[in-house]
Amino acid sequence: MEVFLQTLVAGILKGGLYGLIGLGMSLIMGVMGIINLAHGQLMMVAMYITFVLSHYLGIDPYLSLFVSMPALFLLGVVIQKYTLNPLMEVDSILPENQVLMTVGIGMVLTEIARFIFTSDYKSVRTSYSDATFFLGEISFSIALVIAFFIAIGFTLFMFWFLLKTDIGRSIRATAQDKDAALLMGVNSKRITVITFGLGSALVAAAGTVLMPVYYLFPDIGGPFTRKAFVITILGGLGSTVGAIFGGLTLGLAEAFGATYIGMAYDDMIGLLIFILVLLFLPGGFKRLTKI
Amino acid sequence: MKKFMPLILLIILIIFPLVYQNAYYQHLMILVFIWVAIGSGWNMIAGFTGQVSFGDAAFFGTGAYTAGLLAHHFGISAWWGMAFGGIMAMAVAFPFGWICFRLRGAYFALASLALNEVCRHIATIAEPLTQGMVGILIMPTFVSKIPYYYIALALAVVSVISVQFIMQTKWGYYFLSIREDQDAAESLGIDTHRYKMVSLNIAAFLTGMAGALFMNYMGFIDPEVVFSLHDISIMAILVGIVGGVGTIYGPAVGAFVMVAVHEFFRTGFFGFFKGLAVLTGSDFLNIAAKYISHAHVLGFGILVVLVILYLPNGIVGDWNKLVGKLVPFKKKEAAT
Repeated sequence: MEVFLQTLVAGILKGGLYGLIGLGMSLIMGVMGIINLAHGQLMMVAMYITFVLSHYLGIDPYLSLFVSMPALFLLGVVIQKYTLNPLMEVDSILPENQVLMTVGIGMVLTEIARFIFTSDYKSVRTSYSDATFFLGEISFSIALVIAFFIAIGFTLFMFWFLLKTDIGRSIRATAQDKDAALLMGVNSKRITVITFGLGSALVAAAGTVLMPVYYLFPDIGGPFTRKAFVITILGGLGSTVGAIFGGLTLGLAEAFGATYIGMAYDDMIGLLIFILVLLFLPGGFKRLTKI
Repeated sequence: MKKFMPLILLIILIIFPLVYQNAYYQHLMILVFIWVAIGSGWNMIAGFTGQVSFGDAAFFGTGAYTAGLLAHHFGISAWWGMAFGGIMAMAVAFPFGWICFRLRGAYFALASLALNEVCRHIATIAEPLTQGMVGILIMPTFVSKIPYYYIALALAVVSVISVQFIMQTKWGYYFLSIREDQDAAESLGIDTHRYKMVSLNIAAFLTGMAGALFMNYMGFIDPEVVFSLHDISIMAILVGIVGGVGTIYGPAVGAFVMVAVHEFFRTGFFGFFKGLAVLTGSDFLNIAAKYISHAHVLGFGILVVLVILYLPNGIVGDWNKLVGKLVPFKKKEAAT
């Protein structure tokens, strides 16, 4: 029973972070209609920013949120404005050009990181990295709990932003119907740029708060891109609420898989869920929640 | 004249190893032929049917492992893998396509990417069967490269011709209609799911055969080599895009260009930087040469970005545009 509860806690903590990663992907997916295959790589960039700040300047990883998020917002804006938006005008047979483009961008980011930092494993050690507290018999990693609450905070903020602000409304309008939004006076090109920036900033937050308990190397982006993808499929394409449930489900499934099946099957569990969802619940949680 | 170009090229390629007996260039040409087969397969499913696949390495690796494991466990000649490799790749493609063709466009692409990763995982974990990261070593059949050269050439020609043939049949038109508008195709009574499966299985068969040939030729494989995302799956996409999406001869041109680019980076611009470093005795250039030889993935990434932005239909597809840009006065002549 204790093992079960412990696994449950680990899964939920992990799931909160996954939700944050999936939320960024869902936003981009909803507005642009494409899957951003450089999502994990953007996270990797944010993690390296955190690493550099903490290793060379001694800045606490949580404080470096104020650097990594704006930096990734800018990077996302630049990527969208100068590589993805021009593609809309390019006449080509394959509609998946934008997805291919994000793959290319992901490769470039990974290789540049390898160029600068080599392939060595890096990590950020803080005083609270290994600290835990106990509730009954269950141990909680302090860093993971903080990360979880920061993730929840950003998620709630994102909902407020999407529901109550003008830009948020424009984003939702563009996601629903690009042409209609354009006719209503929404500058949809600007919205795509902002959305990509926001999505990048969200994943940057996830990467940064993960840094105290995780390790880092240039190829770390790939697995996270795949996780984000599984989350988006789970939650339903472009659904923000679904992304959070998808993140929680994946986190729980991975935790239980690691406890009861084996650590080596980490990636396989994501894929198994992915196939099960496709077979039995095409459309993901979006079909159940209707949001 | 234009009609006979492929024939003339074929004759040149047949004579090439007899006239120019340089093992290095023969090796490069064998790689080009293998990539023509893979590229044709990718072009079948992605270029003609419009279902972009990021998981060609899954089929390639399955073919290679089939050939390798037959030789390793049963002592059967790995050449049987040429036939069985293709069939095994289809055996992977069939359930995958059956499930994942519920997804459209980018989502299918991602599912195929996941397939790629899973196959690599399985090949790494299933050590009793595949020896995991140790890899599989078999003895090459021939010492000389010339037999391989002709077998690879035959495979490349067969794949190009079979793609050309299929695209002239009814199937070909079904594939094109699925690419152009899946809903419209469905409403015209085309069983889109079924024909996407047909297209995927043809692609898998060609790719699996190429994988088996790779096993025979290289004599060694491990999961990181044949299930590599960057070196196989992305390379296959690049071969397709650079050559020309949805063109018969595109993959042939793309394979040639991409193998050249790959080799260009691997050798550090054909030893240019190293030579310069020796000439000037500068340490910096030596280090630069070392970095560049490791940077072919970065080169690929930049190439993806540039090609998609400026040459979206590839060298064959955008040939007229390309000629028009490179030879501006020709356009004026035509105008007057």
